Amino acid sequence: MLLNGIQIDDTFAEAFNMRGTRVIITAQNLKWAYHAANAMTGFATSVIGCGVEAGIERELSADETPDGRPGISVLMFAMGSKVLMQQLETRMGQCILTCPTAAAFAGIESEDKINLGKHLRYFGDGFQTSKLIDGKRYWRIPVMDGEFLTQETTGMVRAIGGGNFLILATSQPAALAAAETAIEAMKLVPNVIMPFPGGVVRSGSKVGSKYKTMFASTNDAFCPTLKGATNSELSPEIESVMEIVIDGLTFEDIAISMRVGIQAICNLGANSGVKRISAGNYGGKLGPHLFKLHDIMSGNNA
Amino acid sequence: MSALTFTLKQTLQHSVNCSDLTPNHLANKSTAEIACIQINYGNSLVRVDEIFAITGSDAQHIHFKNTSGKLDYLGANMTSGSITVEGNAGAYLGFGLKNGEIHCQGNAEAFAACSMRSGLLKIDGNTGDFLGAGSDGSRKGMLGGTVIVKGNAGDRVGDQMRRGLILIEGNTGDYCGSRMIAGTIGVLGDLGAYTAFNMHRGTLLLQKQPKLHATIQDCGSHTLPFLNLLFKSFTNYNTPFSKLSTQRVRRFVGDAACSGNGEVLILSV
Repeated sequence: MLLNGIQIDDTFAEAFNMRGTRVIITAQNLKWAYHAANAMTGFATSVIGCGVEAGIERELSADETPDGRPGISVLMFAMGSKVLMQQLETRMGQCILTCPTAAAFAGIESEDKINLGKHLRYFGDGFQTSKLIDGKRYWRIPVMDGEFLTQETTGMVRAIGGGNFLILATSQPAALAAAETAIEAMKLVPNVIMPFPGGVVRSGSKVGSKYKTMFASTNDAFCPTLKGATNSELSPEIESVMEIVIDGLTFEDIAISMRVGIQAICNLGANSGVKRISAGNYGGKLGPHLFKLHDIMSGNNA
Repeated sequence: MSALTFTLKQTLQHSVNCSDLTPNHLANKSTAEIACIQINYGNSLVRVDEIFAITGSDAQHIHFKNTSGKLDYLGANMTSGSITVEGNAGAYLGFGLKNGEIHCQGNAEAFAACSMRSGLLKIDGNTGDFLGAGSDGSRKGMLGGTVIVKGNAGDRVGDQMRRGLILIEGNTGDYCGSRMIAGTIGVLGDLGAYTAFNMHRGTLLLQKQPKLHATIQDCGSHTLPFLNLLFKSFTNYNTPFSKLSTQRVRRFVGDAACSGNGEVLILSV
């Protein structure tokens, strides 16, 4: 498939099941909401090393938040509910409780609940106060800047992680510029996050390694400096590859996000230096969700 | 289908226990079946149709007309539907209310919303003592739901209240929030003596500062973000409370006499 001079490989991205949640963080102003959200979603690029993948979904205006202050919507994904709960509570305690003026609220409704402030309340050392308002339980924890307000729980849903595509370009600046263009477009899609730095990964991995202790290692087939030294997927003119990884609440959300991102790159045209769009997969062995690039771009999948 | 209506036929000499005349008790019953239900009148049992004229058939919407302050236990343990009292109600209005809505267009006697668990109770007039308190022997008062009183309330509002919301647009008597365990009581008018007496937890949200006794401690003026959430929840109801907007309050905590952590919030004008 050729879109505006850029080749779309006949391949698929392979994604797996995750558990996801959404937290709404508010503060006195967006600046401090971002401080809290950035801290909470820091060191949360990949479940491989961080336990959780998290990112900022979007900004929320004052009339979209429960307490009428500007806020940030954060999505967080993990491989299981136990890890997600543990990571959420830890990050709430170290990043939201500590951030001046910040408050946290449930951002998603579901039957499955995970703790937001349920255990954090004990920081109040007996001075904490519970309020049940419109059927939702909140905790008010006295802190040095006033009161930390948090909802007791948030929802937890089944989600999908690992949607991805690869940008193959003739230079590193061209690959990065295309990735940035894609990320800007994909940020407007709800229910998804791109958890890596700036939304882009430069160190895509394959499963396994020559070293026994490593269970993932560099994706040598897409490393441009190894074109002659390994079984490369790259043609001679490709000098740099960037990957965008997407976690989302549903298959459709990720598919839409991938289409929007790839389309934004294709709109740049072949003169941008981007030659091919591919995707990372493990032959269908890693996860049950296959995002076929041709189907996504022809609208059959999203 | 018109609302099932009970119109009082006589001036009552004794109290009538109306706890059986609720939507859940009367569902799927014919007028004849309802008429022969036996209810307590003083120390005797009488048929419903000896006390009330019965019209209408929609048992999910019950009206009481020509009412008296001797009609006790109206809406007791109700689980669904609505009851409208077109006049005064007796004691224990909405006793143990579990769901649905009760609207009393007149005054209610003591123990309104006693042991209430959920639902909505609106009283357009005044109400007596022990609003939202517990029944005899119970160590917990109201357990949930919302009560809105347009007029005044008597003493001991929310005594041992455990959960829920009471909004009083008028004044209250003495001992408002006494022995309160949790929940929220809002009062726009004046309060009597010993407000928050032996209060353990919970919130009294007041527009006017009452004279507080020595074991209620002043914690200073603060801006509390949770009030925004609370005020938003008030917008569901037709009450002046829904117009509150300030998050600036003076906070008192107590009752220190029982190591209490209850709070009295005085809204800044």
